[in-house]
Amino acid sequence: MSKKRLIQGNEACAHAALYAGCNFYAGYPITPSSEVMEILSYEMPKLGRTFIQMEDEIASISAIIGAAWGGAKTLTATSGPGFSLMQEGLGYASITETPCVIVNCQRWGPSTGQPTKGAQGDVMQSIWGTHGDHAIIVVTASTVRDAFDMTVKSFNFAQQYRVPVVLLMDEVLAHMRENIDWPEPGDIEVIEAKRPADVKTYKPFANDEFLPFGHGARYHITGLAHGAEGFAVSDEAAARELKRMVGKVQDHVRDLALHDRYLLDDAELAIISYGITSRPAQSAVDLLRAQGIRAGLLSLKTLWPFPDFLIDEVAERVDTIVVPELNMGQLVREIGRAAGGRSQVIPVSRIDGHLLTPAQIADAAVAPFATSAGKVVRS
Amino acid sequence: MSGPQRVKFYQTGTFTVGNRLLDVSVRSVQSDSTRNNSLNSGHRACQGCGEALGARYALDAAMRAVKGKLVVANATGCLEVFSTPYPESSWRVAWLHSLFANAAAVGTGMAAAMRVKGRHDVRVIAQGGDGGTVDIGFACLSGMFERNDDVLYICYDNEAYMNTGVQRSSATPAAARTATTPAVGDQPGNVFGQGKSVPLIAMAHGIPYTATASVCDLRDLEYKVEKAMGFHGARYLHVHVPCPLGWGCDTGDTIKVARLAAESGLFPIFEAEYGEVTGRRAIRKPIPVDDYLKAQSRFAHLFKGRGDPARVAMIQAIADRNIRRFGLISEGVPA
Repeated sequence: MSKKRLIQGNEACAHAALYAGCNFYAGYPITPSSEVMEILSYEMPKLGRTFIQMEDEIASISAIIGAAWGGAKTLTATSGPGFSLMQEGLGYASITETPCVIVNCQRWGPSTGQPTKGAQGDVMQSIWGTHGDHAIIVVTASTVRDAFDMTVKSFNFAQQYRVPVVLLMDEVLAHMRENIDWPEPGDIEVIEAKRPADVKTYKPFANDEFLPFGHGARYHITGLAHGAEGFAVSDEAAARELKRMVGKVQDHVRDLALHDRYLLDDAELAIISYGITSRPAQSAVDLLRAQGIRAGLLSLKTLWPFPDFLIDEVAERVDTIVVPELNMGQLVREIGRAAGGRSQVIPVSRIDGHLLTPAQIADAAVAPFATSAGKVVRS
Repeated sequence: MSGPQRVKFYQTGTFTVGNRLLDVSVRSVQSDSTRNNSLNSGHRACQGCGEALGARYALDAAMRAVKGKLVVANATGCLEVFSTPYPESSWRVAWLHSLFANAAAVGTGMAAAMRVKGRHDVRVIAQGGDGGTVDIGFACLSGMFERNDDVLYICYDNEAYMNTGVQRSSATPAAARTATTPAVGDQPGNVFGQGKSVPLIAMAHGIPYTATASVCDLRDLEYKVEKAMGFHGARYLHVHVPCPLGWGCDTGDTIKVARLAAESGLFPIFEAEYGEVTGRRAIRKPIPVDDYLKAQSRFAHLFKGRGDPARVAMIQAIADRNIRRFGLISEGVPA
């Protein structure tokens, strides 16, 4: 019988990072993510691990990239304005194939916006915020236990695929307290990066093997386009390398596409949601079922690489797909593309800083819908 | 620290509270019945907030100096948050909330626009807290200095990120407890780093005017703002503003704690023109740093049990170095 603990989403994230073996944190205070760094500032020194408060978010992401090449498992946590500052660093982490985890507790934006109000407005930025085509993994969490599990899995993905992993939380999840089963060591698998068998012949960008500095190999790391040895390339070689980098996540979408299903097997109407919105979405399914509508839920945990195949399966079977989001419609565009006209895709958006309610989602699902333009629900 | 406040008797003929008995021409700005009330009452600052006090005096002095032709860029931070809670504003100046990192650069832009438009009468202030100045806003600030943009930048230094819950900044003093420098382990509290004196860095840029001030001497603060507005080009004013919440001091002791910082030498008050120190607020009789530290619970771990005299001595050495470096003790006055 595992022990129970009543904790906050940010606390779960911080303790999960320790669970995953994170031994380097660099960050900068920002609402609503500050608790992650406050807890780690207290806990990491006790474990002989390194915590550094940096002078801004540009320095924070740069420090975790440096620390990763120094051999550490690294994390930073931030929110919208800080995440915007990190975009150049995210691109650098991607092209240098640096394993690192960035937690973004989303708040209402743009800009300073509403620091204490939750939102899901950073989805597209997480995927496309840094310039150029690039490899990145974006995952979400919808419960406090989920925040724990997905933090550990973010570290796993980062180590396995040598990419920056963005964990999208939000203000509500960050500050919400739930009684969770506290994972014991071994309950959640912790995966380390593959090491090369032969240090002498190691090429840093030949494959997913990761050998930090100081292990006897000599190599070159740069943000310039580069080949297997790390030296700059151009023309066809640059195109080839970019395809390889992007391919290493796109080609593994089936391994990466974490998700939950709820009453989806016999569904005629599907709700596809992610993050905190999966909570009211699940209740909306129950409301709809009570009205005799066979509704089901596909809750996406991995948003990128985008799991087209999951949407495919749903769109083949249901007439209607409802996509609730705390933004003006971001992931719904990807879902609409993947559904390919087989189902009517209805966006449900809420942007006043509050959560969608189950009734709002259920109402949108059954409301007369003459067009697929959808319905914007405002409180 | 707590307890009933002693009734304070102010002497007439001093500058202590902007004395109304003085001739109008030498009265402080705050004692002027036509003062602007730039940061008006009704805002949401905590009780005893040093920053609210400092900003009110600074901007009123600036408004008088430039005859009301002032625009202000304000970085994200306590000052911005408590003065503009939805849907209100306490500002009675043309005021722009920039971002956290960029108030100096926004000030640069506003000053350049005024110059292009020929509005040489309109002056610009950019202001922020220590986090927005010494950490995240530092690059923009240095650029503003280097280009000698016609902006007065005011930093209200309460020595940590108070708005987000008291995390350390580069201005947090050694050994202070904050939410990210907890009082745990062998060396509790903030590290003994090298420090980061932005006034000295400003002087290294050779800008026309640099000064430090404190809410313990509000007349001096007004004087320095007025003087700064007399210069064109980049100017920097660093104001020490105690935060009772973050420092763990009594809300009625804001001025007293600020004074202890100045009188111990931990916060040197001076002014400089074109990189050379031209004036200092002399300390008549330096007080030991213990008096300052003991007034605040953020340093309580230094005095718990048998205490930590070694680290207190290191802090005393910082104060002594300031006193020597800035010549804070006038010649002929016994130390």
